[in-house]
Amino acid sequence: MTNPAITNPAITNPALTNAFEYAPAPESRSVVEIAPSYGLFIDGEFAEAADGKVFKTVSPSSEETLSEVAQAGAEDVDRAVKAARKAFGKWSALPGAERAKYLFRIARIIQERSRELAVLESLDNGKPIRESRDTDLPLVAAHFFYYAGWADKLKYAGYGDNPRPLGVAGQVIPWNFPLLMLAWKIAPALAAGNTVVLKPAETTPLSALFFADVCRQAGLPKGVVNIITGDGSTGAELVAHPGIDKVAFTGSTEVGKAIARTVAGTEKKVTLELGGKAANIVFDDAPIDQAVEGIVGGIFFNQGHVCCAGSRLLVQESIQDELLDALKRRMRTLRVGDPLDKNTDIGAINSAEQLARIRTLADAGEAEGAERWAPECELPTSGYWFAPTLFTGVTQAHRIAREEIFGPVLSVLTFRTPEEAVAKANNTPYGLSAGIWTEKGSRILWMASKLRAGVVWSNTFNKFDPASPFGGYKESGYGREGGRHGLEAYLDV
Amino acid sequence: MSDDRTERLRVLKTYKLFVGGKFPRSESGRVYEVTTATSAAGAAGKDRWLANAPLSSRKDARDAVVAARKAFGGWSGATAYNRGQILYRVAEMLEGRRGQFAREVGDAEGLGKSKAAAVVDAAIDRWVWYAGWSDKVAQIAGAANPVAGPYFNLSTPEPTGVVAVLAPQESSFLGLVSVIAPAIVTGNTTVVVASERTPLPALSLGEVLATSDLPGGVVNILSGRTAEIATPLAAHQDVNAIDLAGADAELARSLEEAAADNLKRVLRPQPVDWSADPGTARLLAFLETKTVWHPMGV
Repeated sequence: MTNPAITNPAITNPALTNAFEYAPAPESRSVVEIAPSYGLFIDGEFAEAADGKVFKTVSPSSEETLSEVAQAGAEDVDRAVKAARKAFGKWSALPGAERAKYLFRIARIIQERSRELAVLESLDNGKPIRESRDTDLPLVAAHFFYYAGWADKLKYAGYGDNPRPLGVAGQVIPWNFPLLMLAWKIAPALAAGNTVVLKPAETTPLSALFFADVCRQAGLPKGVVNIITGDGSTGAELVAHPGIDKVAFTGSTEVGKAIARTVAGTEKKVTLELGGKAANIVFDDAPIDQAVEGIVGGIFFNQGHVCCAGSRLLVQESIQDELLDALKRRMRTLRVGDPLDKNTDIGAINSAEQLARIRTLADAGEAEGAERWAPECELPTSGYWFAPTLFTGVTQAHRIAREEIFGPVLSVLTFRTPEEAVAKANNTPYGLSAGIWTEKGSRILWMASKLRAGVVWSNTFNKFDPASPFGGYKESGYGREGGRHGLEAYLDV
Repeated sequence: MSDDRTERLRVLKTYKLFVGGKFPRSESGRVYEVTTATSAAGAAGKDRWLANAPLSSRKDARDAVVAARKAFGGWSGATAYNRGQILYRVAEMLEGRRGQFAREVGDAEGLGKSKAAAVVDAAIDRWVWYAGWSDKVAQIAGAANPVAGPYFNLSTPEPTGVVAVLAPQESSFLGLVSVIAPAIVTGNTTVVVASERTPLPALSLGEVLATSDLPGGVVNILSGRTAEIATPLAAHQDVNAIDLAGADAELARSLEEAAADNLKRVLRPQPVDWSADPGTARLLAFLETKTVWHPMGV
């Protein structure tokens, strides 16, 4: 392996390094006004939890408290479900065209308020403003736009002449894409005529509460959307509530299994979008520079807090050295720091708990014999941070090759033949996504047909679109979100 | 028939399991008595011994899963046209055995000759119906997705994998084929638990499948106590989905709980009129949607 320090003068010459320094370019946070406290949004009104409990939400990049939000208990969950039930009759009876117009309104208001919501998301979640501004928010608006158009065309969706909504949907979403996951859940549910009770993640409740205000501005009837904040116990209450007809969950496989057990023997319809350990497979004929960009985007996008992250790099043995050199060179240019800085590539880890988990697994990687590498990288002193890291010499038995790290940590394995690549890629209980990099079209199609994963990106990675179904095989969950397929989860079919 | 002529003694069939294309007995060596006792004939006091069916064990269930997994690559990789022809071949073979199945269904369900024959005809017609779906299901379940960017984006259905199928308890043949055919026509492989009290039509179906070019292991048929066989199947880490058609509410709940351990796709039991148009629900229940992206450019 050649030493990149020799081939890249910027690394050895401090003067040249300085030439690439960036001045800070912070996005103003004055565009968003965060109240000191928020209640639960039930039946169109904000209200405190019945028992008055609250918890703090902090900015993971500074550990500053952003706001205090209500911790919903059983009584609050029950009230939210009843409000959604009460609203269901009228909402589901509305002509689809009317429901569509509400959703179009919501899409438009989100577009209008997108900078405010992007800054809010970066504050509460820790993700770079470049991502919240250019990826999350545009996709949120697009998702409402897409499903708005379905609301009055359900009979053409392939689910019968008069597909009916299910009723009340209980929806529990994760902290990695707070507002985008809300959009993935609420847009199809409302388009199909359901009403919802949604619980955002404990560490990222704010954008969902701002969405309640978007609903108010859109004039959405009371009780159609209810937002209850809280921790895992709130989610468990919601999922177990006998008054809901549908459970939609995005989050860890462990919690997904618990939910599947909870709903056993009931009539509740369930969709689960869970963990992943995607293989990103690079063949010797791949365009190396494009592949490196895809690998970097695949694992370091959103700090690696992505269920479909390309966390296992499978590289063909003959190009391993060349690829790793290029990858390390590229990783040296990644900027870790202030999420609100427009030049930041990698923001803060979402919580102290998640940071501890990443550290534990990275340490296990070293302890089990893999070789750890990270570029020199100055991390802020407050907040939760983890440098982009890669492991070489990883075997399939290592924990870092088997367990979802959900952080900016890439495990590199090698293969010789396409058959071996497929066997290694599929050697996981997960099956959410996969990547293939090769110039050979027939090989792409052959590989794509053999990979047991719900989304296969070839010569690209981490692309999302409201028209494109997303969801996993095996223990990555069941059901699809997005596209015509995403409607099925909210229809009685 | 004259008095001095001795009535010919029938040659009875030893009913055996169907696993990996072979006909083993239960590894446990156990059998259980199958009679007409549950049928109308039984109710009228004409209880008649029919056979000693294998009483399958947990080990038989696990062996069947191994056979089904082994067959999955080849069967799911076969062309849809090929799978459709093989399913149609099954219907052809069934047609030739209509009499035998009518007898077995009549005994199992207490039906008269003509009613039993009608059930068998309906079952054969159902095979034909499902056979034709093999190369059409991707066209109704897939999609070309117009994403907002220069990408080719296509969603296609793929089989879920190994499906455990608890055949309906009451409809020993029409119900049976109505749960097997939709699972396998899309490329899944199956471990089927036959109706507990009326397993003989299912075990005979194995003989038809064995002579229909269906690769061994695509359908594996076990007889015995539903709860005893289904419990290890629901908990099995190499089973991808389970159809609970033949489970009562209590058993269904416990199996669904066990199935959560590796997130099996679960089709819950519901009242079904097996003689009605089945629709596409069972066909679509054991499919995964795969979406492939590729950039467009010159």
